[in-house]
Amino acid sequence: MLNSLPLYLNGVWVTVQITVAGAALALALSFAAGLLGSARRRWIRAIGRVYTEFFRGVAALVLMYWLFYALPYVGFRLDPMFAAILALGLNVGAYGGEVVRGAVNAVPRAQIEATTALNMGYVQRMRLVVIPQAWAAMLPPMGNLLIELMKGSAVVGLITVSDLTFVVRQQWSSGGDTLVVWGLALLFYFLIAQALLLGVRYLERRANARLGRGPAFRAAPEPAAASAGGSGR
Amino acid sequence: MSWDWDYALSALPILLQGLQLTVIATIGGYVLAIVLGLVVALVRRLAPRWAGTGVYWVMEFIRSTPLLVQLFVLYFGLPVFGIVLPPMVVGIIGLGLHYAAYTAEVYRSGIEAVPRGQWEAATALNLPTRRVWTGVVLPQAIPKVIPALGNYLISMFKDTPLLLAIGVVELLNSAYRHSARTFEDPFELMTMVGLLFLAVSIPSAIFIRHLERRYAAV
Repeated sequence: MLNSLPLYLNGVWVTVQITVAGAALALALSFAAGLLGSARRRWIRAIGRVYTEFFRGVAALVLMYWLFYALPYVGFRLDPMFAAILALGLNVGAYGGEVVRGAVNAVPRAQIEATTALNMGYVQRMRLVVIPQAWAAMLPPMGNLLIELMKGSAVVGLITVSDLTFVVRQQWSSGGDTLVVWGLALLFYFLIAQALLLGVRYLERRANARLGRGPAFRAAPEPAAASAGGSGR
Repeated sequence: MSWDWDYALSALPILLQGLQLTVIATIGGYVLAIVLGLVVALVRRLAPRWAGTGVYWVMEFIRSTPLLVQLFVLYFGLPVFGIVLPPMVVGIIGLGLHYAAYTAEVYRSGIEAVPRGQWEAATALNLPTRRVWTGVVLPQAIPKVIPALGNYLISMFKDTPLLLAIGVVELLNSAYRHSARTFEDPFELMTMVGLLFLAVSIPSAIFIRHLERRYAAV
């Protein structure tokens, strides 16, 4: 049991890699889709809508199978790891787009009017006023999506990526005790999820502290130290 | 290569058979999820605190581990205890259990959204606990959560392809097996599978949005 631990940890590492890369792709796509979806012009909003509806409608596994098994026949052979990340990112990004759109639209109207009064352009308004407020609102649902993505990554073994589930399955078929081996799989996934949630909670506290809400983010206990070092933000 | 309509259409009956199993698994799993979810939500409210906390952590565990692994655990683990079930039944149980952890939260939010005054009125009228729940709280809580429950129906529909891992020949698996059997390349079939999924899930999503407008969502 103990000497196969490195194998499990290897699987955990692959799962974490896919989760992080998929989340990065999903986050970028969420912002793209969400900002397009909250635009003023109707046809720009339509682009965001089409992406969202399409990739929310197809199951991630179907998309993965399509990318991995079907696409080679029209001349594109993807690395399985890349296909996995792409499918998960595109799928979760579609859900994330709705989160971003909702959070951006929920920023109070007066804030937007104030930016107009201050003669800010679109980029300034988004970067300095809208996104920091929307970010705090979108983090909790984004955290849920991150867990969904991590759980969704368990299917990548079906397109030959050797993630945690794949490793566990191999260990099981080479004679590991059924309950122990699969119990370990559940435990590892649970721990990964709790670690990810801890990270998201940290980001939530930071985002709220930046807006001056909630319990202060304790980086510098004494105000006297603030002028010397700079807080690094 | 080019898109071969004849081949795509000739395989359609097989895909539709797969879709049928997909729909059966979805409905079976969903019925289990909405019943079990309500039971869990009620246990968390009514049972003693330690039991509620225990149930909470079990649900948290189910929610933060992958459905695929849970399916494997059920499919390979139950025979250890002498329970051997066909893959489809295991699939339905797996889907139902997994989604019960989500629907329980939905019911909880619906129950919490029932105004305090309603509870106080029920107490003032000296209604027995059973009447409070069946006559006052649930009839108000459940309509509010219908759209949220509907969203999980669509999510579950899109999770059914996972059942292929335990050997259920649902839509995706039927395409995969058909192309393996006929030695034809799977491009048309896989694309058709994607389109069939869209054909079901986009209209359902529109329908759910209609429900959301109809019942004020929580």
